[in-house]
Amino acid sequence: LSFLECSWRFCGRFKALWMKAALPDFKIRELTENPIGGRIIAAFFPPEKERLDFPSFVRILAHFRPIGKNRSRDRAQPEQANSRTGKLKFAFELYDQDRDGKISREELLQVLRAMLGLQVTEEQLRSIAERAIQEADLDGDGAISFDEFKKSLEKVDMEHKMNIRFLK
Amino acid sequence: MGLHRHAGLWLLVSAMLLCCVSPLKAELKNSQHDSHSNSNITGISIVSFKWEHVKAPYIVAVWVLVCFLCKLVIEANHHVTSIIPESALLICAGFILGGIIWGADHQQTFSLTPVVFFYYLLPPIIVDSGYHMPNKLFFSNLGAILVHAIIGTCWNAATLGLSLWGCQKGGAMGDLDIGLLQYLLFGSLIAAVDPVAVLAVFEQVHVNDVLFILVFGESLLNDGVTVVLFNVFDAFVTLGGAQIDAVEIIKGIISFFVVAFGGSLLGMVFGILMCFLTRCTKNIEIIEPGFIFVVGYLSYLTAEMLSLSAILSCVFCGVCCQKYINANMNENSVKTVKYVMKVLANGSETMIFVFLGISAIDKTIWVWNTGFILLTLLFIFVYRFIGVFLLTWPLNRYRLVPLEFIDQLIMGFGGLRGAVAYGLAVMMDEKKIKEKNLMVSTTLIVVFFTVIIQGILMKPVVTWLKVKRATLHDLTLIEKVQNRVFEHMLVAVEDISGQIGHNYFRDKWKNFEEKWMMWMLMKPSARKTQDHVFSVFHQLNLKDAVEYVTEGERSGSLEFIRNDSVLIDFKKKLGDDMLEAMPDVTADTSFDQGIMLPFRRDPVPSVSLEMHEQTMNGLREMEDLNSHHLLQEHLYKGRKQHRHRFSRNHLSINTDEDEVQEIFQRTMRKRLESFKSAKMGMALPKTISKHTKKEQQKTPNGKNRISVDEDYEFSEADSASGYDPSFTYRAGGGIENPAFMADLDPVVPLQIPPWLAEAELDSGGVAPSQRAQARPPLTAGDLRRLAPLRISTQSTDSFMMADIPDAEQRRDSFDLPPPPPPPP
Repeated sequence: LSFLECSWRFCGRFKALWMKAALPDFKIRELTENPIGGRIIAAFFPPEKERLDFPSFVRILAHFRPIGKNRSRDRAQPEQANSRTGKLKFAFELYDQDRDGKISREELLQVLRAMLGLQVTEEQLRSIAERAIQEADLDGDGAISFDEFKKSLEKVDMEHKMNIRFLK
Repeated sequence: MGLHRHAGLWLLVSAMLLCCVSPLKAELKNSQHDSHSNSNITGISIVSFKWEHVKAPYIVAVWVLVCFLCKLVIEANHHVTSIIPESALLICAGFILGGIIWGADHQQTFSLTPVVFFYYLLPPIIVDSGYHMPNKLFFSNLGAILVHAIIGTCWNAATLGLSLWGCQKGGAMGDLDIGLLQYLLFGSLIAAVDPVAVLAVFEQVHVNDVLFILVFGESLLNDGVTVVLFNVFDAFVTLGGAQIDAVEIIKGIISFFVVAFGGSLLGMVFGILMCFLTRCTKNIEIIEPGFIFVVGYLSYLTAEMLSLSAILSCVFCGVCCQKYINANMNENSVKTVKYVMKVLANGSETMIFVFLGISAIDKTIWVWNTGFILLTLLFIFVYRFIGVFLLTWPLNRYRLVPLEFIDQLIMGFGGLRGAVAYGLAVMMDEKKIKEKNLMVSTTLIVVFFTVIIQGILMKPVVTWLKVKRATLHDLTLIEKVQNRVFEHMLVAVEDISGQIGHNYFRDKWKNFEEKWMMWMLMKPSARKTQDHVFSVFHQLNLKDAVEYVTEGERSGSLEFIRNDSVLIDFKKKLGDDMLEAMPDVTADTSFDQGIMLPFRRDPVPSVSLEMHEQTMNGLREMEDLNSHHLLQEHLYKGRKQHRHRFSRNHLSINTDEDEVQEIFQRTMRKRLESFKSAKMGMALPKTISKHTKKEQQKTPNGKNRISVDEDYEFSEADSASGYDPSFTYRAGGGIENPAFMADLDPVVPLQIPPWLAEAELDSGGVAPSQRAQARPPLTAGDLRRLAPLRISTQSTDSFMMADIPDAEQRRDSFDLPPPPPPPP
């Protein structure tokens, strides 16, 4: 199934839903319970835009398609959304809210705080962030660039982690 | 090679022992009577040979010993075991032993009886696999596993039975008195993939996780089907063909559901029972592991008693409870359970294979029918492959990551039959099934074929087909965090798109678990420390500490620890407090290197204790504070706020420090403080330099600030107590000396100012004088000495020069208010 066919097929359902999601006070209840729900919503919106149109919506969801294999035209476009790099880029941008191309200690701390919050004290969070950055940071600038991020996750099996079934 | 000879000798000796034992048995029966009657007449015998009293346990023990010796012999040579799997070699050893016994006894006195197998040898293996089952992987692939287990096994049984019957009708097997039902019975017992064989063979091959869990999970879950099919067909055979009607068939189908689900539910009940038990066993931690084994075994036996599926019960018992048990129990108990289970499981597996071999050497059971045997082998093989392909094709439509053709091939090839089939075959009733011996022989041949031949071929086939192998690596923090992020991401996207998917369920389960299960089943203290990322963090820190110590020990430089008197108290106090305060995080990262912190060592010789006593007065107070501070430092909870304030200011300056260094500094400082008169060995900085250099190359990113702050804080507190602070940061300074990192050991002592020389080895005598010099409490100036060491890692020159400009910056930072009171 090509990507466009896929999106056309779910057009109706998605249209209803992205209208819901596009509202700033996200009406989808479960998302409020999700620690990174806000960031994900924000990721759907292109930078500095307040409204989300359907193609952009679908473009973001395309990140979650399984990695295609036998399509020759993929090689021509290195930044295919559902390629491994594309998926990692999406994940990277969840951390990097200010879009400076690096995950700073503060940004990592924010994500950690959101995900670990209650059980772990502030100092522990900072140590964890510190340690995580140490492990990944290869050029020693105290922040994680996209390449370092990619390298530290090179052993992770993205196929299982970032695919949604309905988008096959 | 020498080991070979000796091992062979032992084996021979033990074999001799065995065959001596059996004929002796018969003789002694008689002589015992004689000696009894004789003793009344001739008087008291000084010693007597009480064979009858110890016969049963003695034989059991000798057999266990012999099996383990076989394993010893086999494992002596790695070249052989890498080609031929251990299980095959064990079977061959069984052949040899069987031959010896046969020769001595002319009958097979020892063979694998169903009772021994099903009640004693099989349960440990199943409990072990349930307890160590990778839950996440298991449940994600549960659909595929169930399909293969249920439908696949039924398919195998039906096709095999029917084909063999068809062949008999066609006359390929000569004259056999076997009806269709009996063929189906035979099919049902030989159709099931065997968990023991799968474990034994796949263990050495290391295929990727998904493939392994599919085959292994199938082998475990198909027991439900096997039990039902076997009992149903056994009943049918007893009833005779005439009485089978729709009602009976429906009853059969219902019994399947009852057996399978009943077994699983029973297992879960026992699992929850286990969780409750471990929740309450804080005061009897010493026998906590015992509960696990007993309850696990009980779950197996209870299911057997109720004619439910015992394997399913065991598996689900282990699967349900593992997480909570590992959280509830003491760290030592968890380790004990893990290792004892492995010992039992491995031992059982060894014994099963050896006994399988021995049981084969028995003339009375062998009936050879070429057609039957060959056809069985052929059909098993072919139908397995067909079954796998047929089932995987619709499964792939629904799977997130479809199974590739090569994986399916390996799945088909991995359909190994084993001892369970043999046990079931022997359990058949001879009166009902005339050709029982033929079936038993065929089963044995099938088992040997799959375990030996397929086992040998497995590794080459896997390599040849380039199957994806398992990747074993420790998760870094980033990976752990990112995995979590992915999970949340997927849940969010599923919410957005309104789809109810896998992740939705997983999330719901997690919420349910957090609200209810944890509250019920886990100890309150364990509940708090359940976080994955934190546990990985904790493990990584411990691993660094252990690495540091082993590195030091290797170079022989940590010798003085053992003579260090003050450390005794540290050990005790730290030991106890650590156990309480440190979270009991274990199973998730399955960190096998041993969570032994440096101070948990062998007790210090008593000489140092006396020294300790003499010097205690002046040091008691300081010691307490030291241990207190050490606790605070080792337990990462104790980080003070102001340190991080420092860190944010000076982030850009500090580069090449890291966590390990921190641990270095702390432990080094601790030792140096208590070190009054002895000189530090020359080896010490060398060790540090090696290590730091290594660490440096790995992670150049700095954590200096925090270490410096620690020093600061430590020293401050010490100076408050009147203790000499200089040791602490001096020691730290010595370690941090960048010259070490540049590996200029011989040059360094000359260039480094004298007040820093103490950390160097040759000037151990400086230590006391340092104390004299460094009386006054910490000043910014003193700290200045410390700081630049960490900054410049290139050379001592820059170090000297860096001293001055950094001092300016330092002064500002250290003008900050004195350390706040310890955090609440």
